[in-house]
Amino acid sequence: MAELSYREAVARAITQEMERDETVLFIGEDVAAAGGVFKTTEGLQDRFGPKRVRDTPISEQAVIGAAMGAAMNGLRPIAELMFSDFFAVCWDIVANQIAKTRYMTNGQVALPLVIRTANGGGVRFGAQHSQSVETWMMGIPGLKVVVPSTPEDMVGLFAAAVRDPDPVIVVEPKVLYSSKGEVSDGEIVDKLGTAKMVREGDDVTIVSLGAMVPKASEAAEQLAGDGVSAEVIDVRSLVPLDVGTITSSVEKTGHLVTVEENPRLCGWGAEIASIVADESFFSLDGPIVRVTTPHLPLPAADVLEDAAIPSVERIVEGARRAVA
Amino acid sequence: MAKTETADRSEVADLETRLSIYRMMQEGRLFEKRAHDLFLEGLVKGTSHLGLGQEAVAAGFAAALRPKDMVFCTYRGHVHTLLRGAPMGALMAELLGRANGICGGKGGSMHLTDVEHGAMGSYAIVGAHMPIAAGAAWAAQVRGTDQVAICFFGDGTTNIGAFHEAINLAVVWKLPVVFVCENNLYMEYTPIGEVTAVEHPAADRASAYGLEPILVDGNDPDAVHAAAVRAVGRARAGDGPSLVEAVTYRHGGHSRADPAKYRPEDEVKEWLARDPVPMYRERLAAEGADEDILGRIDREVAEAVDRATEEAKSGPFPDPDESLLTELWADGGSSWRN
Repeated sequence: MAELSYREAVARAITQEMERDETVLFIGEDVAAAGGVFKTTEGLQDRFGPKRVRDTPISEQAVIGAAMGAAMNGLRPIAELMFSDFFAVCWDIVANQIAKTRYMTNGQVALPLVIRTANGGGVRFGAQHSQSVETWMMGIPGLKVVVPSTPEDMVGLFAAAVRDPDPVIVVEPKVLYSSKGEVSDGEIVDKLGTAKMVREGDDVTIVSLGAMVPKASEAAEQLAGDGVSAEVIDVRSLVPLDVGTITSSVEKTGHLVTVEENPRLCGWGAEIASIVADESFFSLDGPIVRVTTPHLPLPAADVLEDAAIPSVERIVEGARRAVA
Repeated sequence: MAKTETADRSEVADLETRLSIYRMMQEGRLFEKRAHDLFLEGLVKGTSHLGLGQEAVAAGFAAALRPKDMVFCTYRGHVHTLLRGAPMGALMAELLGRANGICGGKGGSMHLTDVEHGAMGSYAIVGAHMPIAAGAAWAAQVRGTDQVAICFFGDGTTNIGAFHEAINLAVVWKLPVVFVCENNLYMEYTPIGEVTAVEHPAADRASAYGLEPILVDGNDPDAVHAAAVRAVGRARAGDGPSLVEAVTYRHGGHSRADPAKYRPEDEVKEWLARDPVPMYRERLAAEGADEDILGRIDREVAEAVDRATEEAKSGPFPDPDESLLTELWADGGSSWRN
C-alpha cells in the first residue's frame, strides 16, 4: 500500500494500462509535454514517448472524433477532455457518433475507448468550468459512465474502463484531485457496474457519487452522533448501474436519500428514486429525499458556490427529513 | 484561385480499369434509380439522399483503393458503400428495413456500414465523420498498416467546424487520409456560393492548411481517378493528407422530399447534358472499348440490380423480440443495469 493523491492515481492508472497494452494511446490538450492542466498526466510522455502520448490542438471534435476513428481501427485510445463542460463542444461526436454507432451498424463496429474528464465544482471556476455533467452522458444509450471517488477506485475503475470493449467515460471530480488515499500495490482492476458500500447502517440509505461521497460519509458520522445509523453507498458507476446494492440497502433501512452535485432536474438520483419507488416500494417507510445543487449554473464566488453544492449540513438535514 | 485539373494522358488508367470504373458508375446509377422506384412504391420508408449524377466521384476513387482502405461517407452514401464492395442485395434490403439488410434494419438509408468491405459508415450529421476518418488514419499510421482513409463529404460540410478541426489535425499529424469534397453546388436547397466566403468551398481553403488546392471535374471519372491515385499514393507514402474538390451535380433534389424547384432550368439542362454515365460510355467506345463489352456490362448490372431487388423484397422484416434490444453493447445486449 502507498498513499497517493487522486491526481497521482490518474497517472498511475494510465501508466498501468499503457504498460500492459501497446494499443493504448493517450491524447488531449496540454496533456503530453505539459503534463495536463491539473498535472494529472505528468511524466507520461517521457515514459511512453510522443507517439503514444500526444498533444492535440484545441479541437474537441477532432480529439474525440479521432479517438473514435482510432478505436474503429485497432487502437484503444484514451482521450482527455480538459473540462467536462467541453462535452458541449463535441456532443455530436459523443452522443450521435460514439454512442450510436455500434447499435446502428448492428454490432459491426466496436468502440473500445475511454474519455476522461475533470468534472464538477468546488474550485471557484465559475459556471463554464464547474458543471456536473455526468447525467448528460447517463441519458444517452450506448455510453458507460463511471465516477471514481478515491485514488484506489480511480486506478481500478479506469483500468476496467480501458479494458472494456465499449466506450466508457471516466468522470473525475476535480475538487478531489488533491485528496489522498491508500492505493494497493501491483495491478488493480475493478469492475464496472458495481457500487460500493462505504459505511454500513440500519436507519437510512444515503446514495452518493464522486465528490459527494466524502461529504455523505461525514454526514453519516454526524447522524451517528444523533443516534441515526446511516448506510452510505458510493454509486461509482452510473451506467451500468448497480441497482441491487441500492435496493437491498433500502429494503433494510426503509429510507433513501440521494446526494447529487448535479442541478436538480433529471439528476441521476431521480432515476434511482424512480427505480426504488418501483422495485422497493413496499420497503419504504418515508419519502425519498434528493439533496442536489439547485437548478442553476454554478456561481464563482466561494460563498455562493458553497451554498449551491450539497453540504454536509444539507445532507444531514435531508436524512433527518427522510427518517422523520 | 484553384484551377480545374484534368488527367494527363499518361495518368489515364488502362482500359480494364476504365471499364471497371464504368461498371461501378452503372452500378451506382441503376441501384439509385431502383432505390427511387422503391420509394415511389412505398417500400422504402423515411428519407433517402440519392447519388444520381455524382457516380463518377465515387467510382473514380473506388478504383484507386485497396481492400483494407477505409471509406467514410455521408448520408448520401448508397453509391460509396456499394462501390466499396458491400453486397447489393443486403444494401437494398437495408433500405427496405429488412432483417437481411446490411445493418439488420437498424441503420437505414443514411447509416449504411459494411466494415468487412472497408465501408466504415455513412454519417448523417454533417462533418462528423471528418475527424473520425482522421482518427482511423491515425490508427493506420500508428500501427503501420499501410491503410488510407477516404472521407467523402458535401460542399455544405466545408462550413461546419469539424471540417476545420479535422483537416488541421490531419495535416499536423501527417495522417494518411484523403478528404474529398463532392461539390454539387447546393448545400441542401441553398446554392453553396450564397453561404460561402470563397468560390471553391474546399479547394480555395486548402492553402489555409498548407495543402495544394486540388479541383477536379467530378463528372469526369478519368480526372477523378487520376486525382485519387495521386492523393491516395501520397497518403500511403507517408506524405500526409490531401483535400480534393470534385465539382459535380445532383440529378435530383437533396432528399426524397425535395423536388429541387430552386434550380434554374438552364443549369439543370446543362448538367444533364454532361451526365457522367453516358458521357463516359461514349468516351470509352470512342477510345476503343468494344460495344459488346459495354453492352454486357449494362446488362449484367441491370440483372444484378433486379436480383438485389428481389433479395431485398423477399427478405423478412426484423423480429423485435429477436433484435430490438441487441448490439448496443459488445456483450450483444442493451442492459443499463447490473
